[in-house]
Amino acid sequence: MPTLSHSIPSSENIVRHTLDNGITVLVYENPAVQSVVLTGEFAGGAVYERADRRGLATMTAGAVMRGTQNRSFEALSDQLESIGADLEVEANRYSVGFDGKGLAEDLPVLVELLADVLRYPTFPEAQIERLRGETLTVLNYYQQDTSYLAGRGFVEALYPEGHPHHATTMGTLESVAAITLDDLHDYHRKLFGPKQMHLVIVGNIKAAEALEVVRGWFSDWSNPDQPSILPSPAAPVPTTPKRVHRHVAGKSQSDIVMGFAGPARHEADYIPAVLANSVLGEFGMMGRIGDVVREEKGLAYHSRSSIEGGHGPGAWAAYAGVSPDDVEEAVEAIVEEFRRIVEEPVTAEELEDVKLNYVGGLPLRLESNEGIAASIARMESYQLGLDYLLNYPEMIQACTLESLQQAAAHYINPAVVTVSVAGA
Amino acid sequence: MSEITKHTLANGMTVLLQEVHSAPLITWVVLYRVGSRNERTGQTGVSHWVEHMMFKGTEKYPASILDREIDRLGGEWNAFTSYDYTAYYEKLPADKIDFALDLEADRMVNATFEKSEVESERTVIISERQGSENYPLYWLGEEVNAAAFRVHGYHHSIIGDLTDLQTMTRDDLYGHYRAHYMPNNAIGVAVGAFDTSEMLKKIREYYETIPAGTLPKLFSRPEPAQQGERRVTVNRPSNNAFVEISYHVPPATHRDWFAVKMLDSILTGPGGGIGNNTTRLYKALVESEIAASISGGQSDSLDPFLYSITLFLRDGRTPQEAEAAFDAVIARVLDEGVTEAELARAKKQVRAAYAYSMERSSSQAFALARAENRDSFKWVVDYPHRLEAVTLDEILDAARRYLRASNRVVGHLIPSGGQE
Repeated sequence: MPTLSHSIPSSENIVRHTLDNGITVLVYENPAVQSVVLTGEFAGGAVYERADRRGLATMTAGAVMRGTQNRSFEALSDQLESIGADLEVEANRYSVGFDGKGLAEDLPVLVELLADVLRYPTFPEAQIERLRGETLTVLNYYQQDTSYLAGRGFVEALYPEGHPHHATTMGTLESVAAITLDDLHDYHRKLFGPKQMHLVIVGNIKAAEALEVVRGWFSDWSNPDQPSILPSPAAPVPTTPKRVHRHVAGKSQSDIVMGFAGPARHEADYIPAVLANSVLGEFGMMGRIGDVVREEKGLAYHSRSSIEGGHGPGAWAAYAGVSPDDVEEAVEAIVEEFRRIVEEPVTAEELEDVKLNYVGGLPLRLESNEGIAASIARMESYQLGLDYLLNYPEMIQACTLESLQQAAAHYINPAVVTVSVAGA
Repeated sequence: MSEITKHTLANGMTVLLQEVHSAPLITWVVLYRVGSRNERTGQTGVSHWVEHMMFKGTEKYPASILDREIDRLGGEWNAFTSYDYTAYYEKLPADKIDFALDLEADRMVNATFEKSEVESERTVIISERQGSENYPLYWLGEEVNAAAFRVHGYHHSIIGDLTDLQTMTRDDLYGHYRAHYMPNNAIGVAVGAFDTSEMLKKIREYYETIPAGTLPKLFSRPEPAQQGERRVTVNRPSNNAFVEISYHVPPATHRDWFAVKMLDSILTGPGGGIGNNTTRLYKALVESEIAASISGGQSDSLDPFLYSITLFLRDGRTPQEAEAAFDAVIARVLDEGVTEAELARAKKQVRAAYAYSMERSSSQAFALARAENRDSFKWVVDYPHRLEAVTLDEILDAARRYLRASNRVVGHLIPSGGQE
C-alpha cells in the first residue's frame, strides 16, 4: 500500500506573511496538481454604496477588468486567455473579492495582472457603456427569473429599506442606469487598497517564490482613504409575518424563499446553527424539509434550507420550487418544520448524523485547490486561526441537543416568518 | 496521468482502476450502457426516472438508510442520466469505500420500485421538468434538438416528454431496469487512493457473484443526413431574445471531433472556467454590442450529435442582426480558416482546461467511464495528444464539412410578452 501523506492545511504548512502595507499573503503548496489558484478580498462591497447607486460595487469590480493604465481590455483578455488562465474580480456585500486560476508556471502573470486591475484601472468610457448594457440586459433577464425574483422579494420584505441586506448586490435597472464614470472612479479611489487585504495562493508552487511575486507587485501599494471599520448592521426583528408574491407570466413553477435573518459567521452560535440547519434542510435528501416536501408529499424536485453566514446577518432561509397549485401546502409544511426545529430538540440520532457528516466530510471539501484556498480564506477573513481545521472536529463534537435548539430559537420564529413567492 | 488498468470480471462487467493519491478519497462510478437515446416514443424519460427510483432503496438498504449513511461517512453521491448512459457515483473517504461497492452491487439487481414510490416520484420528476421550463432557453434547446433529430433518439429531452411522464407505469420502469441493469452491461470505475490489486479483489467480491444477464438489444436509429437548413421559432414570455444555432457534428470517437473542438475554442472559447473575450464570436457579437454574451460547445457523444452556439441578445437587438453577424464570422472561417496564433492559443487553453478537470477524482472517473462506454477509456489518455496534433488544414476541412447552412438548425426565441 503506498504511503498516504495527506495533510490538513494548518499553521504547520500554511506560509503566512503580512506585508508592511497590510496585505496578508497565505501560501499552501500542493505538488499533486498542475495548477495554481489565488483568491482573496479586501473590505468594500455593496455595504458602502448609496441607496440610489445600488450595483456600484458590482459594476466597479467588473469595470476594473475593462482596461488599465498598462493594458487595454483586449490586451488584458489576450494575456489571460492565451495561457488558459482566468481572473475575476467580484463585489460581495462586505468585500471586494478576486479569484484566479492558471497553470502553476503562470502564477507570476496572474499576480501581475491582478495587481494591474486592482491598482490601475482607467474605466474607459466605451468599455463601461458596453458593460452597463450587458448588465442591464442580464438584469432585465432576471425580471423573468422566478428564483431571482423570489430571492429579491424575500430580502426586500425581511430587511428594512436602507439596511445593507435589503438590496441585491447587482443593483436594479434604475440604479445601474444612473451610475456615472465619476462614481466608479470615486468608489475605486476610496475602497480599493491593501489595508486588511488577504491573498491566498494554493497550488504546485513554492511558497517563497509566490511570496516574492506578490511582494514585487503589491508592496508599494497604499491608500490612506480606505475605511478601517467594517459596518456591522443589526439583524432585523420582524414583529409580524410577511408575505409577498410576484406574478410572472408563463411559468410552470413557482419559487418560494422563506425564513429569517440568520447568524453572521462570527456569532458564537454559528456552528450549532449550521448543524441545526443541516437537520432542517440539508442532511441526506435535503433534511427534514426535503423529507416532507419532496419525499413524502412529492411536491418539489428541490426543497432545502441554508444559512448564508458571512460578515452580516444574512438569511437563514428555505427554498423550494413547486407547482403554483402546491404553494400553500409547501409553505405550510416548511413552517411546520421551522416550528419543530425550534420547539423540539433534534433527536440524539440526528445530532450524531450531522456531526459525523461535518467532521467526515472534511477530506472532500479539501480535495481541490479551490476547496483548500476557500478554507484558508475563510480562516483569515473571519479570524478563525490557521489551526481552525485541526480544532474543527472538537468544535463540532462540543455541540449538544440544547445548543442546536437554542441556536435555532435564536434566529427562527415561525410566527413572524417572511415568505416570498414568484411565479404564476 | 497515472496508469489505468482494465479488467473484465467473470460475469462480463468491465472494471477500470486508476490510483490517485493526492487526496484520501475514492470515487466509484457504475455506468450502465443505456440512456435517453435508446428510448421509444411513449417511454421518453424512462432512463432518468429509473435513475430516480434507484435512490428509493432495496430490501437491504432502504432509502432512509442510503441517504443517511453516505452523509454519515462524510461522502457524496449522485447520479446522472445522459443521452448515452445512466451513471451513479459515490465519493467517499478512502477507508469507507466498501459501502459504495456494496450498495451499487445491491441496487444493480435488488431495487424494489414500490408502486407508491413510483407515484410520489412521478410528481417530483414533473416538478423537475417544470423547473427547467421556467427558463425560456430550455424551450428553445428542446425545439432545436427536436428539429435536428427526426429519427434518432437524441430527438427528445433526457427528462422526457410531459405526456410520457404522466402515463408511464411502474411496469414500464421496472421493465427498463431489468432489461439494462446487469453486470455485463455495466462499467465500474474507481479513481483514488487505493492499491489496485486490493481494490480489484474487493470489486470481485462484491460484483462477481451477480449473474450475467441477456444483453438487451438497444433501440437505436441512425439519423439520416439533413437535407437543407431547418429553422424553428419559439414564442415564450421572456424579456430577452436568444438565437441558438446547431450544426450536426461527428461523435467523440471520430477524428474530426478534435478539429471541431479546436475550432470551437477559437469561435466561442475553451470552457472550463476560462474566458472567451478573445474569441471570434465574442468580438463579432459582444464587442459590436449585439449580444450580451455568447457560448458554445459540442459534447463527447456516442452518436453524431450537435455543435451548438447560443447568442444572448442585448435589449433592442434582433435575431436577424445577430444571425447576420454570426454568418459573417462563419463565412470568414470557411474562406480563410483560422490562424497559427489562434490554434496555438487554443492548444494551451485546452491543456489548461484538461489539467483543471482532472484534479477531481470524480471528474476523472466519469471521463473514463464515458469514454469506455463509447469504445475505450484510452480516449481520455489520448485526448490532450490528439488535440495537440490538430492542424490548420484539419480545422479548415472540418469547418467546411460541418459548418454549412444545410447542416444546421437555427432557432430563435422571440419574446411573446413580458412580465405583467
